[in-house]
Amino acid sequence: MSQADPSGLGRARAVGFVLPGLVLIGVFLIFPALWTIYLGLTDYRLTGLAAADPQVVGVDNYTTALGDERFRNSLWLTLQYVLGSAVVGQAVLGFAIAWVLRNRPGPVKRITEGLVLLAWILPSSVIAFLWIALLDRDDGTLNALLHTPGFAWLLDYPMPSIIVFNVWRGTAFSMMLYGAALENVPPSHLETARLAGASTFQQLRDVVFPRIKGHVLTNLLLISLWTFNDFTSFQLTAGGPEGRSEILPVYIYNVALSGGRLGFGAAISFLVLLINLVFAFVYLRLLRDRRKVVVP
Amino acid sequence: MTRHALATIGRATFLAVVLGFFSLPLLWLASAPFDAHPSITTSLPEFTFGNFRSLLDNPYVMSSLRNSLLQAAGSAALVVVLAALAAYALSRVRVPGRDALLYVLLLLSSVVTGTAAMVPLFELATRLNLIDTHLGVILTLSGGLLPAAIFILKDFMDGTPTSYEESARVFGASSLQILRHIVIPLVRPGLATIAVWAVANVWGSFLQPFILLRDPDKAPGAVILYTLYTEGGAPRLDLISTFSLLYSLPVVVMYVFVSRRYGFRFHGGIKR
Repeated sequence: MSQADPSGLGRARAVGFVLPGLVLIGVFLIFPALWTIYLGLTDYRLTGLAAADPQVVGVDNYTTALGDERFRNSLWLTLQYVLGSAVVGQAVLGFAIAWVLRNRPGPVKRITEGLVLLAWILPSSVIAFLWIALLDRDDGTLNALLHTPGFAWLLDYPMPSIIVFNVWRGTAFSMMLYGAALENVPPSHLETARLAGASTFQQLRDVVFPRIKGHVLTNLLLISLWTFNDFTSFQLTAGGPEGRSEILPVYIYNVALSGGRLGFGAAISFLVLLINLVFAFVYLRLLRDRRKVVVP
Repeated sequence: MTRHALATIGRATFLAVVLGFFSLPLLWLASAPFDAHPSITTSLPEFTFGNFRSLLDNPYVMSSLRNSLLQAAGSAALVVVLAALAAYALSRVRVPGRDALLYVLLLLSSVVTGTAAMVPLFELATRLNLIDTHLGVILTLSGGLLPAAIFILKDFMDGTPTSYEESARVFGASSLQILRHIVIPLVRPGLATIAVWAVANVWGSFLQPFILLRDPDKAPGAVILYTLYTEGGAPRLDLISTFSLLYSLPVVVMYVFVSRRYGFRFHGGIKR
C-alpha cells in the first residue's frame, strides 16, 4: 500500500481533493457536451417551427454532413491547418528557437523569448486587429515593406495566411516546453557526442530526441488539439473567400449560428470530437510504447 | 574553425529572421495609438496622447477593464486551487483509468469550449440564473480551463520526489499541511505558469462573455473592443489601436512580474 501511495494521501482524501474540480468540469463541460450529442440527433433550429418544437431525426444530420462537399472541403482544410501550422510550423520553429537559445543567457535570449511570448499572451481580439493591419490590401505594413501595393494576402492566399498567422500566434508554447525539456539533456552527453564528431543532426537524433520523446508527444497532442479547434482565424478571414479558409470551427459557426441550423451544427461538433479522439488515441499509444521502453 | 564560424553566422541569421517575424505585426500596436491620424499602415506617428483622452470619454472603457480584471482573477484563482488539489491527488494515488480520464477531459475541454457547445452553455446559464453575472462567465471559463490545468500540473507533481512527503507524514503532518508546505513550494513555477495561462486566456476570451453577458456594463474589454465602430460601421482606428494597447498592457506586466519572481518555466521540482 505504501508503495502505491508514498505520501499517505489515501483513497478517500484523494477523492475529496479531486471532487471539486470534477464537479465544475462535469457541470460546465461534460453536461454541455452530452447536450450537444442530443442536439445533433434533432433538427433544432435557431428560428422557425423547428425552434419551438425540435424533432428527433436520428442520424440524418450525419448522413447529410458526410455527403456534403462543403463539409469534406472544410475537413481537408482543417487537416492542412493542423499539419501546417501546429505539427510542422509551431513544433519545428519552437524547437529550433529553444535549441538555438539553450545555455545562452543574455539579452538576445530575453528579447527573443519575450517577443515570441508576447505573440502568445496578447488577447486574441487585439492580435486579430494587428494582423489585419499587417496584411491589409491597400495600406498593410507588409505590402509597404515588400513594395507590393494592392496585394490582397487574405483574399488570394487565405490558407497560407492563417497558417503563418497561427505559427506566429502559438509557437511560444512549444518553445517553452522544449526549452524546459532540453534542460533534462545532460550537457556532458552532448559534449561527448560532439567530441566524437557527431553532426548537429546526429546529436539531435541520438542524444536529444530519445530524452525528450515524451515532451514531444505531449506537445504535439496539445497543440494539435488547440489548433484543430481554434476559432481565432475567424476574425481574419471569417472562412472566406468562398469558403477557402473555412476550417471546421468556422464552418460550425457559419452553419449553426449564422445559418441557424443548430442541430446540424451540433452533429458536426460531435464529428470533430470523434476525430480529436482518434488523434489522442494515436498519441496515447505512442506514449505508452515509450513508457514500456523506459520502465522495463 | 570554419564550421564554428558558419554555425555562428547561421544562428545569428536564424535569430534575426525570428525577431523580424515576431516583431513585424507588433509595430502597429506601438505606433498607431500615438498617431493623430492613424491608418492601417505602420508609420512614424504625428505624436499625440489625444487618442487616450478620447478613449477615456467612452463610458464603457474603464468599466470593461475592471470587468476583465474581475473575471480573469476569479477564474485564475478557481482554476489554480482546484487544479492543484486534483493534480496532487491524481499524481500520488493510483486510480484505475486515471490517464484515460485525463485525456478524455482534455479532449472535451478543447472541443466543447469552442463554438460547439455555445447553445447548451447558454441554456445552462439561463436555467442556473447565471446570465449577466460575472460568476457565470467565471464558472464557464474555469470549467473549460481546468482539464488542461490539471494535465499540466500533474506533470509537475509527478516530477517532485515523494520522500519529503513521507518524512513529513512520519512527523504527523496532515495531507493539507503536506500539500501547502511541501508540495506547493516545490511546484510553484507550475502554479505560476497555470495562473498566467488562465489569466491570459480569460483576458482574451471573446465568445463566452459575448454570449453570457447582455449588459454592456458587465462586458470585458475583449467584447468592448468590437463595439468601437463609428455609426457608419467603419472601425474607429484611433480608439481601437489605443484600447488594444491599453488592454494588452496588464497581461504583459503580469508576465514580466511572474517571470521575474518565479521563473516562468515548464519544469517542476527541485533544481538538479
